[in-house]
Amino acid sequence: MSAPASTGAQRTWQRFTPTERVARSMVYIVTAVAVVWSARTVEVIPEFLYDAPEQTADLFKRMWPFDWGFYPKVVHETLIETFHIATLGTILAIVLALPLSFLAARNFTSNPFLNILAQFIFVSSRSVNSLIWALLFVAVFGPGALSGVMSIAFRSIGFIGKLFGEALEEAQTGPIEALTATGAPRSMILVKGYWPQVEPAFWSVALLRWDINIRESAVLGLVGAGGIGVALDAALNNLYWDQVGLILAVIFAVVVVTEIVTSAIRSRII
Amino acid sequence: MTMSVSATAPVAGSLLSVRNLRKEYRAGQPVLKDITLDFAPRGITAIIGPSGTGKSTLIRCINRLVDPTSGEIMFEGRDIARVSGSALRLVRRRIGMVFQEYNLVERLSVIENVLSGRLGYVPAWRAFLRKFPAEDVTRAFDLIDAVGLNEEFATRRADKLSGGQRQRVGIARAIMQDPAVVLADEPTSSLDPKTSVEIMELMASLSASRSIPIIVNIHNVDLARRFASRVIGMTGGNVVYDGPPGGLESHHLATIYGGEDWQ
Repeated sequence: MSAPASTGAQRTWQRFTPTERVARSMVYIVTAVAVVWSARTVEVIPEFLYDAPEQTADLFKRMWPFDWGFYPKVVHETLIETFHIATLGTILAIVLALPLSFLAARNFTSNPFLNILAQFIFVSSRSVNSLIWALLFVAVFGPGALSGVMSIAFRSIGFIGKLFGEALEEAQTGPIEALTATGAPRSMILVKGYWPQVEPAFWSVALLRWDINIRESAVLGLVGAGGIGVALDAALNNLYWDQVGLILAVIFAVVVVTEIVTSAIRSRII
Repeated sequence: MTMSVSATAPVAGSLLSVRNLRKEYRAGQPVLKDITLDFAPRGITAIIGPSGTGKSTLIRCINRLVDPTSGEIMFEGRDIARVSGSALRLVRRRIGMVFQEYNLVERLSVIENVLSGRLGYVPAWRAFLRKFPAEDVTRAFDLIDAVGLNEEFATRRADKLSGGQRQRVGIARAIMQDPAVVLADEPTSSLDPKTSVEIMELMASLSASRSIPIIVNIHNVDLARRFASRVIGMTGGNVVYDGPPGGLESHHLATIYGGEDWQ
């Protein structure tokens, strides 16, 4: 109907506004300055840097051949303990994090105070590294697996709670509305409306955290919280490199196996 | 400004009536402007009107998915505009709802979606353990047959179905509630023309055979004319036509939708 709007003026288009272009240039300049400044301040000691390849090769030479006899004596038992710490810690974290994530999800709980309280707990849990949690729990419960389980659990609450809470918030509102319209009470809306939608996310988060916890619980022993890390710590202190090598290889193998197992389970659930 | 063709005086024993129903999402800007309507306990009532005219809000006020600002909703002999908590749940049990986007729980099977219509009735542990009473399961199978799906669909996941099949499940879920009335919010708007007719035919036959009145929001004037026993035309939050489909003439449609060109 209307005539084509050709006013004669050249119409232009640019991805960014002038202000955005200035801001982007600033980011590039600041990055370049930061790199130069860092390189000047790290004070690399050249002597150590130059013989690093030699030292590395030397370390590997001392590790190989592994002290295989050490496996049945110490490593196997501590490995199982590590496995138990990771699994129990993850289960405990799930039990504690699930109710909190329902409180954190704004679509399920409409009380802002409870939302923020739950999020505060998640942030406190995540802001402390497992190793630091372990130091605290070793001070409380003494050295051993219990401290390991507690530190794994407390670090995982924030991770599981945050991710599962976000999955809950992404649940489609349509089915929830439909179940509300049938006169279903909230408990049923949770079980039949929310849970089926977030179930894959739940298992995916739980398995991912279990996978991470296997790795994390392997080092907890360095501060005395049980597991294979205790054996690693002892071997390092005694400079028994053939034992250190064996333990590192075992940890690597376990991590690979859990990765394979968790991704196989995950693909089956979703 | 209502152009009543048939008298709409309150019918004694009418199942559902709304009185001066008003809804303002923002204060001072009513979406529904004091609507008064009576619904008979039978037949299909079609509500037509342009988008954003308050059809959906009206229907959602009736089962209180939307809370009205003022007015009364008389249902089964009492005002439900202000009930809350478990009283509201008991009212909702008696009102089935069919949605434009079907709103099935995608990862559950067809029969579980149909059985969800009983969630207002069964104890929580039964739903939790998936141990629904045997008569509910029998009725769910019967309803799956009745909406034109068959037993092999019962265990299929809802996300494996086509749009028309999903809407059939949605209808079965609503009927499963044993409702006194079914509300349908644009049940055919996401479907192709042929499937739309099939879905309307299904709703009409279920309404007749089970004596369940259905109130349906619908864009398609031809479908409204063909299947409804009463048409309500809304525009700008007001009812501007209320009468049999035969009385709906082009000047009514011009009032409802504005302009003539599109007809």
